[in-house]
Amino acid sequence: MHLMYFTEQPMSAYPADKGREFGATALMFSNKHFDPVAGSRLYNEYLEHYRLAEDVGFDGIMLNEHHNAPFCMQAKCNVFASILAATTKRVKIVLLGNPLPLAENPVRLAEELAMIDMVSRGRLVSGFVRGGGQEQLATGVNPAFNRERFEEAHDLIVKAWTQPGPFRWEGTHYQHRVVNPWAVPLQKPHPRVWIPGVLSKETIVWAARKRYPYIALSTEIEATKKIWEQYDRVAAETGYAGGPEYRGYLQRCHVAETEEKAMQNAQQFMWMQGEFTGLAHPVWSTPSGYFSPSYRSAFVEYAVGRRSNPRGAAFEEQIKNQQIVAGTPKTVIPKLRRLLEETRPSIMGFWAADGFVSSEDTKKCIRLLGEEVLPALREFAKELDLWSPFEANSPVSMQFQAPAQPAGATTI
Amino acid sequence: MSTPADGWTTETIPIAGLATPVARAGQGPPLLILHHDIGSLRPLPFYDALARRFTVLVPSHPGYDGAERGDWIRNVRDVAAIYQWMLGELAATRAVGPISVVGLGFGGWIAAEMAALAPRTFHRLVLVGAMGLKPERGEIADQALVSYIDYVRLGFADQRTFDRVFGAEPPTRLLEQWDLNREMTFRIAWKPYMYNPTLPHLLGGVAAPSLVVWGRDDRIVPLECGERFAKILPRARLEIVEGAGHFVEMEKPDELARLVADFAS
Repeated sequence: MHLMYFTEQPMSAYPADKGREFGATALMFSNKHFDPVAGSRLYNEYLEHYRLAEDVGFDGIMLNEHHNAPFCMQAKCNVFASILAATTKRVKIVLLGNPLPLAENPVRLAEELAMIDMVSRGRLVSGFVRGGGQEQLATGVNPAFNRERFEEAHDLIVKAWTQPGPFRWEGTHYQHRVVNPWAVPLQKPHPRVWIPGVLSKETIVWAARKRYPYIALSTEIEATKKIWEQYDRVAAETGYAGGPEYRGYLQRCHVAETEEKAMQNAQQFMWMQGEFTGLAHPVWSTPSGYFSPSYRSAFVEYAVGRRSNPRGAAFEEQIKNQQIVAGTPKTVIPKLRRLLEETRPSIMGFWAADGFVSSEDTKKCIRLLGEEVLPALREFAKELDLWSPFEANSPVSMQFQAPAQPAGATTI
Repeated sequence: MSTPADGWTTETIPIAGLATPVARAGQGPPLLILHHDIGSLRPLPFYDALARRFTVLVPSHPGYDGAERGDWIRNVRDVAAIYQWMLGELAATRAVGPISVVGLGFGGWIAAEMAALAPRTFHRLVLVGAMGLKPERGEIADQALVSYIDYVRLGFADQRTFDRVFGAEPPTRLLEQWDLNREMTFRIAWKPYMYNPTLPHLLGGVAAPSLVVWGRDDRIVPLECGERFAKILPRARLEIVEGAGHFVEMEKPDELARLVADFAS
């Protein structure tokens, strides 16, 4: 089992009343409400939390990025990945991930990722994402070509990592006269690629065809099972057996010394007015051409306010269906065991705190997770045969059927 | 070809590998009408009014209102080239003679691009609230940031007209159509949004007399763009329609039909 620590890096210091007044806390919510003094403090607190997570026994640190919104201060996951590459020793640096369609030059990404992999001595897991709808608007990237750009940028990066340059790239969305980045990754055949997602069937099918592990982001248990049914079906068609080493899950999980405190802090998972990406005009998260055509009817009704967010549910509902788990180690462990038994992931991310949870409470949560919850989960994982891609030595992809290993004599 | 009772027929003309639907009604000199970015309802009183004097041809742009999309199409000038090709087909097979064009909003941009590509194509050129030029002071309203309904409502000076034309709560089926049309607009006009920086340099050779019509209360494309079109096109005049927004043909159909008919006859 691979156990990761995650935070959205919330900008909790923004004035919530201003957000309510404006009616949105994303995309168009003015950055005059960003407080760089608080930002400086929070970035450094988050770094402290990451180092603590390594100290208490997490296997990985999961990073992501978002734009134009207080729910996530991390505007470039490669920046934090670079810092962690140099300031941690053991944990995998798991990027879930770089939003490929936002890149105008994927070769730059290939280079940055290679540098992070080398500085970390081969600890990079390089996930890729499409980016949320608002990300397309925040960066001016055409949502109608989102999936095409995602796939083409991926193909270009993998080629830049694995095929000696120089070569020329004449694609639909990217054209490069000379692809010949000097830096290439330490891990061969290339760093592992994991694909997170929440909704789009197309992404699940794409990941399964590539034989990339898929990380379900806080979906409810029944929905998660459906994801694995679909993944496993495509895996079988593709010529391999799906199973735990291809399954990841991000669990919102807050642990405290008392039930009351844990539940109180867990409410902060809803801090952005219940929408984890913030209060926003629904059309911003679902720009035309971005979402799966099979959901068109649902999304247009959502965009004009005729139905609630197909991705959202109330706090009580999420506690009940275990999308949010909160309590003392003693009460959360059986709930997490149920998740492992029912959905059989081998990769788990712990999104431990959000919103206004204090740095002290977050550190307490990280310690309790590391000292009490993770050891119990490792025992369950052995019992249930949940071996991570690293433990199972599973191949990097369909195309490169070897596990990722650092080149040369370097040891991790 | 289908022949409904209201006098409209629709034929599909293969252009650039795409089945391009063209609705047709009326008799007289040919008049091409190019629809908005939101697509087009049909029948529309404005079309019917013109069909009394002209052979009215209303194609659906590739990717709009269910027309085949053409994944390779990347900009509005591509659409203009498709329509120039279509005009050649129409002239060769149906001998329709010198043609005039009415471009509505986004369709006005396409018409202007067609005129830039082939400055002697048209008998008369009519642009109504046309996109295509970058405003110098204001901005073209960006539909990417608002809902389908809010965007279309923005184009009406009088919201009661929207309610009458689409219903106060348009059905989901229409919203899905607006979403599909919006997706195609993003595919071909995302950046720069709704203008082509080279267009103003290429309109100086347009031979046809041009009529530029603007709704006084157009909140989608600022009136300054109309003034600029009228200045750049060599033989142009500007008409402002009071009490109309961007969708002049839906708010003031008779007034616009009269302006067009008087000008294009």
